[in-house]
Amino acid sequence: MSACTTPTADSAVMPEAPPASWQGSESASPVTLSARAADHIAKYIAKRGKGIGIRLGVRTSGCSGMAYKLEFADAANPEDIEFLSHGVKVLVDPKSLPYLAGTELDYAREGLNEGFKFNNPNVKDACGCGESFNT
Amino acid sequence: MALLQIAEPGESAAPHEHRLAVGIDLGTTNTLVATVRSGMSVVLNDLKGRPLLPSVVSYAADGTVAVGYGAEAKQSVDPKNTIVSVKRFMGRGRRDIAHIETLPYDFLDAEGMVKLKTAAGIKSPVEISAEILKTVRNRAEASLGGELTGAVITVPAYFDDAQRQATKDAARLAGINVLRLLNEPTAAAIAYGLDNSAEGIYAVFDLGGGTFDISILRLSKGVFEVMATGGDSALGGDDFDHRVFCWIIEQAQLAPLSLQDARLLQMRAREAKEQLSQHGQAPITVKLGSGEYVDLVLTTEVFTEITRTLVQKAITPTKKALRDAGLTVADVRGVVMVGGSTRMPQIQHAVADLFKQEPLNNLDPEKVVALGAATQANLLAGNRAAGDDWLLLDVIPLSLGLETMGGLVEKVIPRNSTIPIARAQEFTTFKDGQTAMAIQVVQGERELVSDCRSLARFELRGIPPMVAGAARIRVTFQVDADGLLSVTAREQTTGHEARIEVKPSYGLSDDEIAAMLKDSFSHAGDDAFRRALREAQVEAQRLIEATQSALQDSADLLSTLERAHIDASITKLQTVMIGDDRRAIDQAMQALSAATNEFAARRMNQSVQRALSGRNVDQISL
Repeated sequence: MSACTTPTADSAVMPEAPPASWQGSESASPVTLSARAADHIAKYIAKRGKGIGIRLGVRTSGCSGMAYKLEFADAANPEDIEFLSHGVKVLVDPKSLPYLAGTELDYAREGLNEGFKFNNPNVKDACGCGESFNT
Repeated sequence: MALLQIAEPGESAAPHEHRLAVGIDLGTTNTLVATVRSGMSVVLNDLKGRPLLPSVVSYAADGTVAVGYGAEAKQSVDPKNTIVSVKRFMGRGRRDIAHIETLPYDFLDAEGMVKLKTAAGIKSPVEISAEILKTVRNRAEASLGGELTGAVITVPAYFDDAQRQATKDAARLAGINVLRLLNEPTAAAIAYGLDNSAEGIYAVFDLGGGTFDISILRLSKGVFEVMATGGDSALGGDDFDHRVFCWIIEQAQLAPLSLQDARLLQMRAREAKEQLSQHGQAPITVKLGSGEYVDLVLTTEVFTEITRTLVQKAITPTKKALRDAGLTVADVRGVVMVGGSTRMPQIQHAVADLFKQEPLNNLDPEKVVALGAATQANLLAGNRAAGDDWLLLDVIPLSLGLETMGGLVEKVIPRNSTIPIARAQEFTTFKDGQTAMAIQVVQGERELVSDCRSLARFELRGIPPMVAGAARIRVTFQVDADGLLSVTAREQTTGHEARIEVKPSYGLSDDEIAAMLKDSFSHAGDDAFRRALREAQVEAQRLIEATQSALQDSADLLSTLERAHIDASITKLQTVMIGDDRRAIDQAMQALSAATNEFAARRMNQSVQRALSGRNVDQISL
């Protein structure tokens, strides 16, 4: 793993919540899943035996400012913004959304390693491994 | 960009802080590594997409080491430096290894465990296993994109402390942090989620390439207890291949085969067997190097017929294990199938018939142990979901104790105690002024030290001299989560302490361990019989010695004929007393007594006469 820079103070400041009109619309979702990612998520949720969908988010930890959150969702929070992508429910909290707008979550294979990958147009720079980033 | 996995709600790891844990099924024939990805247990494949790593290590003279398929290829050209099935040598002395003379290796009988002389130097089974583990560690780290936090490695339920310790040592040598060792049948049960299900008895039927193991587990309060184990260390899929191989030779009436042709036919035999698991028949067409053609069709009927006895060889120990556990098939809630050979429909049917239920087989039987180990590793590494805050417990399979006066065993930790555990007991001195005490640590269920396995021995010195029974020595047995034992003895007044980590005197065969387990269920009747026999033998010896000494004293009292009769009776008794027929010993003793009746009476008369001769009646005190 490569060395990372310390987070800058202002990267922790969250922008305003996005317009509520995004809520629930599939066609113009600011956050989408690739078909492959949706397949895998559906499979994992089935295997896990519970969960209403997937939660994407960002948080201000990590060495380059922000880090992604990718979790199973057992319940929606009242403020969550929900999307449907390839039949999978995607939950994003309003504070994370500006950082993720336009992001596609993909499932990729790199050599022996496989897993999920955020294709996020907002990222300006990331730490060497890409686990944390700046917008 | 790093690839991410889905975490449980609220459990997203901070960047660079993923706790990567794997489960490793370090098998006799093949090794697998698995991990939990996005909440799902998966086996990690190699770059060519193959899940299995053959447990084969090949050493070259230049020091290079090949592991897996690469090493397997060298098996025919360099058998001496290509080690297969190293698991059989783990923690074993030379004389514990079955059919060692048929193996192509140069064994050195080192202290405790055998070593092998290879082109790259002398290697211990621990080092050889470490090569296999290093290979899967590299595969895991490449697959997970980071350094491993730790691993759970599976071992057979019957592995003793020596074999478990050797496995742990191999992992350390490979740079793997062992979170714990887990019994293979327990891992298989976990893979099926049985640990979360209701309590009950489960059978784990494990038919691999070369070994067969049956385990009867009882799950209660999150604890898997091994109730009985059994099996056949020389029964596996290879034997089924061999039956097909022989059938081909017989049917095609082939002349003696060259090595290449034999290998080719063996391969075809295996393919035909595997095909039969899917289809009702399998064509076998081969052109041999000798120019001969083989063109046969193997049908399920024929296959069933030629392998009937092999299936029976697996069913018999299964029934026995149930009997040992004191159970009937009606008690068994579920049967877990493990090992590629359980794919054979014949095996499936035989097991279903025996247990009167369909076995669990929706997971790949070759992967199920690794998958269960991965689940456990994930929990131990701290990646737990809410509500999953339990920890699976194991139990010690055989009681641990120490030797007390008279060669008797004092059990300190009874079998089936859940581990980790620590138990202490106080002991004292036997003689006045005794300043040292030897502590012999034993494992087993029997009452006599000679019937149990000696694990270790150490001495506590510096006990202050005092009268017998006054010293107080506290002996603590501690078994950690991997089932490894340490024993501490502490003299209470001075605080003098001695301690040993049980690096046991390696060397107990599978059969012996299985026998010890079996004994623990059935020794009562056996012991009673042996004691009676031992007593009869001692009594017979006493009778013979008494008679012989009488014959020496008073040979003159007997006619030649009488003497011959007594001698014959002695000889007869000497012959039968070596055997184990107690009734025959009793009869021969009676015969000898009868033969000496008259002689004894005469001796009595003679000694009375001697006593009385030359004396007055009043001098004789009656």
